[in-house]
Amino acid sequence: MFAYVLRRMIYAIPVLIGVNIITFLLFFMVNTPDDMARAQLGDKYVTQQAIERWKVDHGYNKPLFYNQTDEGMKKATDTLFFQKSLKLFSFDFGRSDSGRDIGHDIKQRMWASLAIAVPIMLIGILINITFAMLMVFFRSTYLDISGVVFCVILMSVSSLFYIIGGQYLIGKLLRLVPISGYAGGLDAIKFIILPVVVGVISGIGAGSRWYRSIFLEEMGKQYVITARAKGLSEITVLFKHVLKNASIPIITGVVVIIPSLFMGSLLLESFFGVPGLGSYVIDAIRQQDFAIVRAMVFLGTVLYIIGLILTDLAYTWVDPRVRLN
Amino acid sequence: MSDSILDIIDLKLGFETSNGVSPAVDGLNLSIRPGETYALLGESGCGKSLTASAIMQLLPDDAWIMGDSEILYEQRDLLQLPEADMRPLRGKSIAMIFQEPMSSLNPVMTIGQQMSEVLRLHLGLSRPKARMLELMVKVGIPDAQRRLNEYPHQLSGGMRQRMMIAMALAGEPDILIADEPTTALDVTIQAQILMLMQDLQREKGMSILLITHDLAVVAQMAHRVGIMYAGHLVEEGSADDFFKNPLHPYSQQLFKSLPNIHKRNESLATIKGIVPPLTEVFEKCRFASRCPYVKDTCRNILPKWPNAQHKVRCHIYDDHYKNLFMQLDSDDNQKARNGLTNDPENLLSAKDLKVYFPIKKGLLKRTIGHVKAVDGVSLHLKTGRTLALVGESGCGKTTVGKAILQLLPNTEGNIQYQEYVLNDLSYNQLKPLRGDLQFIFQDPVTSLNPRMMVEAIIAEGMQAQRRYKNSPERMIRIQQLLDQVGLPRDSLQRYPHEFSGGQRQRICIARALAVDPKLIICDEPTSALDVSVQAQILNLLRDLQDELQLSYLFITHNISVVAYLAHEVAVMYLGRVVEQGPISQVLEGAKHPYTQGLLAAVPSIEKRHAFQGIQGELPSPANPPQGCHFHPRCPHAMGQCRKKYPKSSGFSKEHWAKCFLYD
Repeated sequence: MFAYVLRRMIYAIPVLIGVNIITFLLFFMVNTPDDMARAQLGDKYVTQQAIERWKVDHGYNKPLFYNQTDEGMKKATDTLFFQKSLKLFSFDFGRSDSGRDIGHDIKQRMWASLAIAVPIMLIGILINITFAMLMVFFRSTYLDISGVVFCVILMSVSSLFYIIGGQYLIGKLLRLVPISGYAGGLDAIKFIILPVVVGVISGIGAGSRWYRSIFLEEMGKQYVITARAKGLSEITVLFKHVLKNASIPIITGVVVIIPSLFMGSLLLESFFGVPGLGSYVIDAIRQQDFAIVRAMVFLGTVLYIIGLILTDLAYTWVDPRVRLN
Repeated sequence: MSDSILDIIDLKLGFETSNGVSPAVDGLNLSIRPGETYALLGESGCGKSLTASAIMQLLPDDAWIMGDSEILYEQRDLLQLPEADMRPLRGKSIAMIFQEPMSSLNPVMTIGQQMSEVLRLHLGLSRPKARMLELMVKVGIPDAQRRLNEYPHQLSGGMRQRMMIAMALAGEPDILIADEPTTALDVTIQAQILMLMQDLQREKGMSILLITHDLAVVAQMAHRVGIMYAGHLVEEGSADDFFKNPLHPYSQQLFKSLPNIHKRNESLATIKGIVPPLTEVFEKCRFASRCPYVKDTCRNILPKWPNAQHKVRCHIYDDHYKNLFMQLDSDDNQKARNGLTNDPENLLSAKDLKVYFPIKKGLLKRTIGHVKAVDGVSLHLKTGRTLALVGESGCGKTTVGKAILQLLPNTEGNIQYQEYVLNDLSYNQLKPLRGDLQFIFQDPVTSLNPRMMVEAIIAEGMQAQRRYKNSPERMIRIQQLLDQVGLPRDSLQRYPHEFSGGQRQRICIARALAVDPKLIICDEPTSALDVSVQAQILNLLRDLQDELQLSYLFITHNISVVAYLAHEVAVMYLGRVVEQGPISQVLEGAKHPYTQGLLAAVPSIEKRHAFQGIQGELPSPANPPQGCHFHPRCPHAMGQCRKKYPKSSGFSKEHWAKCFLYD
């Protein structure tokens, strides 16, 4: 077990280096420091001196990979790649182009992201499983068919509609909760409710349909017939035998996204004005603050790799047939 | 009827198809008496499993019960019972076991959890552990205490089926429905399970409805037999009467199409045509289109189901029609075969072949041991002859076949073919020889690419071997091949799924023949096929051998096929050949205790109720027993058997065995 996790972590290193190099190339060779400075300072009326000064101020005045003017180790370390990209490995995100401490921002904003993403995931799974179970219990009846049709309709509607529709109906007409915004502490709850409801509803269509097909696949297996032949009731067969087997793909499918929950939701956070990591990225892109975007891309990769490792561990936990190695 | 425990009266059920409901079971009448084994025998798709599901009220969602069908148990019609009243009967009064014990058990629940469900539900036991252990001991599961906390995948196939039986027995049922209970098991394990069922029946007095396609299993187990064909019961009688004198032309043909050693010098009788699918629409007598004695009457009037001890649904035995059949002019299609001629030469020799698979562990994946799948096997394949390789599953026989063709890396050894040593050749050097050495696999469904048409499948090998310069020439050859293997000429532009199992195996054979091979390795080529279809394929393989002087390495666990087809036989146990020799010498004078046990485990039609098996199961090849691998299961094991592996002792020029009994 321990050896397995260790080996998987070692395997992750080349992946991270690859991601690191590719993002560096994209950010620095396609969009050179000169372009960044020009964008930050405003495109017109910018002198070359202003650009050079901006680069010095923000530490962009170094060569990309190799510094000929320096001595010894500094030839490699006193470069953009080392300063801006390799430091990400120690989770030293540095300062953003507008001068903010990125690490501090992330620590502060991730709680708002989690406050929305975790309830959406938990409530969503519960509702989707229940809904899918009901459809399977009434399989090949009109109830099941109308359930599927309902799911397809939910899936076909754009999530922007749910956001704006929710804000209009619950926030404006019914005036139950504020339309958008955020507050610290327990006050946060009234701001969280609406985005959570919208997030759950927009996920029901795809989620329930997927779970339904997992359940149906399990229902067709021989062990279900054995269970019925024992004289067990349909409810017991469903909840004891089928759910246990179906939870293998469900749990492993959920585990992979758990670490990424930290990253928040781009859409929900920016529409509801929640100061999480999702809106952080959106704002950074809008302000052309690439230091933040780079840090978040790297962080996302790390979290996704952690998610994949957790998934494999989850298999051993839910499926007795799977042993690591 | 009062002496029966279960009566099926006029059972009619079918599937909804585009043109109405097609009756897959049509007017079935049968009664099961207390304490008897009733065997329902038929080929795939005849409706025998559907009948079993109907008794349990566990029919698939798209199956419909029709007409005034009744299934009477304790004066109640099960078909009319509401689900709430039916449920307490399932697993309590009527229990069921299935063909595939792995998929029949829930993979994520422990044995104990799955078993306790039945005891809690039907016997109201809140602490069922003591009873569970008792049941497990009864069905012969060693180490029951530990097994309770294990999952199904940790048990062997035989143990899983014992588990299923223990679960079925838990409710003390009156009737046990066994749907092909041993089809997925090795003969040695099959013998153990069948004997267990017989013992339990004797002790508990329960009735068994045994559903099977295997005449020999019926011969061993049944008190009464019903033969099903395409949804009709066509013959029913006591097992004694049936095996002495099968009446229905279909039953007779089934017996004739079974391979055995006495038929070596003739071809097997085949039933023309194929087993009809469940959805087919029939003439009056459902067997008419395949019957050798068919008359117009059969197509116009449905034969009656008589009221007699030995019933048969056929006009031949009906007083009213029997003079129509005064002369039975059957178109008997059996033909004599040539005996063996002179001593042929070696085509391919494997010498001391070893195939080891490494076991890796730890952070750095160090090799900590080897699974010795094949551990020093030497074989000689002769031109125009068949060498059969037999043994239980897991003994390494398929690995031998793949290793000889260099489809697996050889750890050690020497494969000599003509002037080449195959295991020393590079990939490119091997390529021109690939045409000479071909493989036919067990499962014709998965071994054909479903997205390629038959023409492409057959032509692919020719292209790889650059056999024909232009496509017209190649086309002529493909047409020839179709005729040779007995496929219709319009097959070329069709996909594999459009063919029946037997026809698909013919496609596989045509594919192998396309590159003019000298040796074909046949890995269980008939074990996925029905008996009547198996006969067709075996005939084809023999015809091809006579015509083209092909050599076969025939890998199988089916001894009667070996007896019919092979010239020589090698018996494998845990990666080594323990006995080898000419077929008649080995089958009639088996020397090694393993061979003797294997042969004794094969159910036979001639010697009914008279089989025994080998104790225990095949050990893991990763950790074979010390000394002679077979000694833990051997009835003759001696002190030295535990210490070292025996050398081979010869009995005739070509017959030898490795056993200390003859040292």
